Amino acid sequence: MNPVLKLLIEGEQLTTAQMAQVAGLSEAEVMRHLEQLKKEKIFLGWRPVLDLSREAAAAAAVRAVIEVKITPERGGGFNRLAERIGRFDEVESCYLMSGSYDLLIFVNGASLQKVAAFVSEKLSTLEGVLSTSTHFMLRSYKEGGFLLDVPVEENGRLKVVP
Amino acid sequence: MDPKQFIARHVVDLPKSGIRDFFEIVAKMKDVISLGIGEPDFDTPWHIREAAIYALEKGKTHYTSNLGLIELRRAIAKYVEQTFAIGYRPDDEILVTVGVSEALDLAFRALINPGEKVMFHQPCYVSYHPSVTLVHGVGVPVPTYAKDNFALTAEALAAAWQPGCKLLVLNLPCNPTGGTCNRAQLEAIAKFCVEKDLLVLSDEIYSELTFEGQHVSIASLPGMRDRTIFLHGFSKAFAMTGWRIGYACGPAVLIEAMMKVHQYSMMCASIISQEGALEALLRGEDGMKAMRDQYHRRRDFIVRRLNEIGLTCHMPRGSFYAFPSVVKTGRTEKEFAVGLVEQERVAVVPGTAFGANGAGFVRACFATSYEQLIEATDRIDRYVQGLRR
Repeated sequence: MNPVLKLLIEGEQLTTAQMAQVAGLSEAEVMRHLEQLKKEKIFLGWRPVLDLSREAAAAAAVRAVIEVKITPERGGGFNRLAERIGRFDEVESCYLMSGSYDLLIFVNGASLQKVAAFVSEKLSTLEGVLSTSTHFMLRSYKEGGFLLDVPVEENGRLKVVP
Repeated sequence: MDPKQFIARHVVDLPKSGIRDFFEIVAKMKDVISLGIGEPDFDTPWHIREAAIYALEKGKTHYTSNLGLIELRRAIAKYVEQTFAIGYRPDDEILVTVGVSEALDLAFRALINPGEKVMFHQPCYVSYHPSVTLVHGVGVPVPTYAKDNFALTAEALAAAWQPGCKLLVLNLPCNPTGGTCNRAQLEAIAKFCVEKDLLVLSDEIYSELTFEGQHVSIASLPGMRDRTIFLHGFSKAFAMTGWRIGYACGPAVLIEAMMKVHQYSMMCASIISQEGALEALLRGEDGMKAMRDQYHRRRDFIVRRLNEIGLTCHMPRGSFYAFPSVVKTGRTEKEFAVGLVEQERVAVVPGTAFGANGAGFVRACFATSYEQLIEATDRIDRYVQGLRR
């Protein structure tokens, strides 16, 4: 397995320089691996994990998940419509689901109005969209693997043990 | 029989665009980083593209009013009022055109009698002079200078003026220099236009891409609204070059005259493009600002790097062009550009493509990704250091 991909999957938060040290490669080699993974569309890019409930990060503070029922098409199934929906900037992620609806999409926007306008003017007016059910997120407890609002506690681990 | 004999004389005499020879050289090369293209690197924001697809799905495939969709004209009126503080009536003072290029052509065709003179500042966009020639008018270039950051001055206008001048074309911020005028400079130009009884065609296609200070339109100055045809479009600010959609605003009699030509030549702008433009005005502001912020950062980067490299470059206040001087390298702009693309595979446009007084300059478009800009400026650095040896 690509040693850089292994580090990425393990979710270690390393800079490329640190990855190089851990994997015993030069930084240039790490960069080459990343480029290769990008070319293969396995590694898609970096995103910061932010606590959007903090005022300083409020530019995209309103988030919603939307359950969408759509009509599958002959030949393409759900793909064409899913792609069309996924291309909107407001859409953060878009998944095909099993169960009582078809697509689950994660949306964010600067205000409640903007998200609501996206749903009523863009999403629900699409040919093939049968219904939408929008759930606004109220509070986040864990974000991208990070627990929020948990006080940092000393774990009592000794500095030196025999 | 030589088919060439059928071509009209003034078309035969029309000079070939100065860029063309150069781009034929570039087109044959591989791995060229091009800073030579005058268009945004961004694709049109998806919501605009999607609105056009939606319009097609809904069967919007017919002719529109010659003036353009009334909803679009209303949105344009609102946008121009809010952004430029000039009021135009959607019913008879706004004409939707196939890009600003068509609007300019319509204005020249509607206003110029053979032999009448049109002033324009130079270096300038490549089509102004030929468009004037095509209506049998006479072009009168007015130089702008690096020492003024390529702003047009009333002094230069006065020096270039001749009897028979009827129109003044302004393009602020300017392609290729990025120069623009502040309010005081515009007031001096406006005063000159009133004195000499000139009508202004103001091509403000780059106005949203103004990075320092507020863009001022000459049409918003006292007394200038009725003396100005305001031209604008969607290509640069909303990354919609291929949609070919723009508009002209002005006094009803002038718009009516332009519309006469438009209805016989074009009928109307493409309805799909009009639908996309409407979406851009209704919901495109955030996306447009995000793109502007990107251009702003790239501008700061490329201008700093060019100056570090030793190519003196003024800070363009608007547009997405840097216009550095190559005089210090001891090469002409053409030698510099040809050498740069041959040795380092970076394409810039020789300044003389934009008029004789572009001599000694090249145009570098920074509407390209950061990675490409970093690589391109590193290559330019290596090339310039090589010339010094």
